[in-house]
Amino acid sequence: MAVDRTFRICPQTGLAYHRPAEQLMKAHAVAGVVALLVGGVLALFVALTRWPAVHMLPADKFYQALTAHGIDMLIFWIIFFEMAVLYFTSSTLLRARLATPRIAWAGFALMVIGALLTNWAILRGNSSVMMTSYVPMPAEPNFYLGLILFAVGALIGCFIFLATLVIARYERTYEGSVPLVTFGALTACIIAILTIVNGAIILIPTWLWSLGYIGNIDALLYRVIWWGLGHPSQQINVSAHVAVWYAIAAIVFGAKPMSEKVSRMAFLLYILFLQLASAHHLLVDPGVSAEWKMFNTSYAMYLAVLASLIHGLTVPGSIEVAQRRKGYTKGLFEWLRKAPWGNPVFSGMFLSLVVFGFLGGISGVVMGTEQINIIIHNTIYVPGHFHATVATGTTLAFMALTYFLIPTLFRRELVMKGLAKWQPYIFGISMAVLSLFMMGAGTLGVARRHWDMAFAGNPMGFEYPTTAYLMMGLVGISAVGAVIGGAAYILITVGSILFGRKLPAGETTTQPEPVRAPVAEALEGHGGGVGVLEARGTFVLAMLLLVSFVVYYFINWKYLASVWGLS
Amino acid sequence: MSAILPPSQRLWWKEPVERIEIVWIAIAFVWCLILTFMMPYWHVFGKQNLSNEAYRTTPQAFAAKAQAVVDKWKVREVNGVPVVKPPAGADIYLVGRLWQWWPAYELKKGESYRLHLSSMDWQHGFSLQPVNINTQVLPGYEMVITVTPNKAGEYTIVCNEYCGIGHHSMLGKIYVVD
Repeated sequence: MAVDRTFRICPQTGLAYHRPAEQLMKAHAVAGVVALLVGGVLALFVALTRWPAVHMLPADKFYQALTAHGIDMLIFWIIFFEMAVLYFTSSTLLRARLATPRIAWAGFALMVIGALLTNWAILRGNSSVMMTSYVPMPAEPNFYLGLILFAVGALIGCFIFLATLVIARYERTYEGSVPLVTFGALTACIIAILTIVNGAIILIPTWLWSLGYIGNIDALLYRVIWWGLGHPSQQINVSAHVAVWYAIAAIVFGAKPMSEKVSRMAFLLYILFLQLASAHHLLVDPGVSAEWKMFNTSYAMYLAVLASLIHGLTVPGSIEVAQRRKGYTKGLFEWLRKAPWGNPVFSGMFLSLVVFGFLGGISGVVMGTEQINIIIHNTIYVPGHFHATVATGTTLAFMALTYFLIPTLFRRELVMKGLAKWQPYIFGISMAVLSLFMMGAGTLGVARRHWDMAFAGNPMGFEYPTTAYLMMGLVGISAVGAVIGGAAYILITVGSILFGRKLPAGETTTQPEPVRAPVAEALEGHGGGVGVLEARGTFVLAMLLLVSFVVYYFINWKYLASVWGLS
Repeated sequence: MSAILPPSQRLWWKEPVERIEIVWIAIAFVWCLILTFMMPYWHVFGKQNLSNEAYRTTPQAFAAKAQAVVDKWKVREVNGVPVVKPPAGADIYLVGRLWQWWPAYELKKGESYRLHLSSMDWQHGFSLQPVNINTQVLPGYEMVITVTPNKAGEYTIVCNEYCGIGHHSMLGKIYVVD
C-alpha cells in the first residue's frame, strides 16, 4: 500500500497540510462542534432549571440533561477538538506525514461510536448518574461501554501523534527541536495517555460490575481512581489550551517565546505534578489521611500552579515583546491597547487567558486547599470554578483557534464577520459572569447538581438567603448570554464551512521544504539577561493577579475560621 | 512565528533566561511555598480540620449504632424523624440514606460531639447550612468528626452529592441551643 505523501501548501499561511491529516482534522473538529451543539442546547435547559424564577424542567429530565451536558461538553467536545489539535501540531506544524491515517480513522470511528452509545444510554433515561457516575449508583452498561470505546479511540489518536513525531524526526522534516507549541501538545498527549490508563482501570471494572460480573466496587476506591481520570483529563485541556495560546500569540503577533527554556520547563512541571490532582475531589472524604491530602492537593508544592503562573507571564509577555518591537512602546500598556481587539482569534485567546487566570486559577487553588475545601466541596462554587477554566479557558481558546483554522484548513472565508468580532466577548464575558455568580452562590452554600434550591413542599425545608436566589437568577441570565455566544460560534463556523466563499487550495507537493528555525532572530536574540524589562506591562498585570490571589486566599481562611470547630 | 517554529537556537536549554521571568518565577515560588505552608499551619493552629479517623463499616452495623443512640437519648420528633439530645462529648451517629438524614440532633452550643457519618446505600453529601460545612459520605465507610457548634440556631443538612431522583428532597436537622 503506497503511502500518501501529498501536501497542500496553504497560500495565506504557508502551512503544509498532509492530505489525509487534513481530512482527519476536519472530521474531528466537526464532530467536536456537533458535541458542543448538543451540550449547548442542554446547557440552556439546565441553566433555565437552576434559575429559580424559571425552574423549567421536571427533576428527572433535569438530572438527565445535566448528565449529558457534562459528558458532551467536558469529554466529547473537548477531546474531539484536542485530537484535531494533536494532528495539527504534529503533522502540520512539523510538515510531516501523519502516521497510519487508516488507523487514525478507526480511532475516530471508535470515538464517534462511543459518544453515540453513551448519549443513547443517557437518552434512554436509566443512566442519569452525572459525569462522575459514582458507584454504587448504577448506569446502563452501555453508558460505561461508550466511554471506554471513546477513550480507546482517543488513545489511538495519542499514539498516532507520537508516531507522527517519530516520522518527522526520522524523515528530517524539521531542524533542531520541535516548536514550543508541539512541545506543549506533547505534554497534553502524555497526560492524556496517563489519564486514559486511569480511566481504563476504573471504568472497565465498573462496566463489568454493571453487567453483573463483579459483585462490588468500593466507593472510595472508585473515587480515587475515577478522579485520576476526571481531574487530569482537565489538565490535558490546560496543556492543550496553553499550547494554543502560544500558537495564537505566534500566529497573530509573530511572538517568540520569551525564553524557550522557561516555557518548556513549565510544561514539564505539568507532566510531573498534575497527576496528583485526584486529591482535589477527596479532601473531605473518609479514609484518606491529611498528609496524603496535603501532598497531593498541592501538586507536591504547588509546582503545577507555579507552571501556570509562569505561562501566565510568558504568554502575554511574548505578545508584549512582539508589540513593543513593532513600535507600540508608549507607557505600560500601549502594546495591549493597540492589540487587534476586533480579531476574534486574538480577543478569544486573550479573554481565555484572563478568565482562566483570574477566575479559574485563583478559585481552583483556593478550593483545592485542604481545609478551605470544607466550605466549598460540592457546592455550586465547583461548577463556577470549572466554567472559568474549561468553559472559558479551554473552550474559548479552541473557538479562537477555529477562526484561524476556517480559512486555512477548511479553505473558506469566514461568514458574518461582524458577529464573529463580537462572539468571543459575548461568550467569554457571559461565561465569566456566570462563573463569578456560581462561586458567589456556592459560598452561600447552594448545592451543585441540585434540582430545587427552594425545597418546595418539604416539611424539613430550608431557606437560602435571598442573595443566593439573586445570584442563581444572575447565573441563569448569564448562562443565556453564554448560550447565545456559543450559538453564534456554531452559526459562524457551520455557516462558513457550508456557505463561505471558497478560498484557493494552493499548490500541492510531495516534498515540502523542511521547517527551519528563524535564523535572523537567533542572531538578534532579545532581552536575554541584558537587563531591559521589555515585558514590564505584563509584569504589572501578573502582580495584579498575584495580589488578587493573596487577598482572596486569605479571605477564605477568615471565612473558614468563623464556622463550627471541627477536628 | 517562533512558538510554532523550532527554537532559533538549537540548544534551547542553554539560552539565557529573561530577567523578568526569573523575578516572576522567584515571586511565584515564594507564594507557592506560603500556600504549601498554610495547610500544616492550620492543622496546628486552626480550629477547622477534618480528623484522619475513619473505619470500615456495613450499613447494618452503622444503622444499629444509630438506633441505639436514638433509643437512649430521643427527646421528641420532627416530621416523623426522632430528635436526639446526647450528652456533651457523646458519640453520635448520622445515617444518610435515600432520601433522608436520620436522626435529627439537638446539641449544645460550645460543647463537642463525636459525629459519625455513613451511608446506607449510595454516596451522599453532608452539607450543613447555613454554616456551609461540607463532607462526603460514603457507603461502607464511617467517618468521625468532632464538631463544636459555635452559634445557636436551627441548622439544615442538605444532601449535596447527587443521589438519584429524590436527591433534592434529602434533608436533615441539627438544632443548637444555648
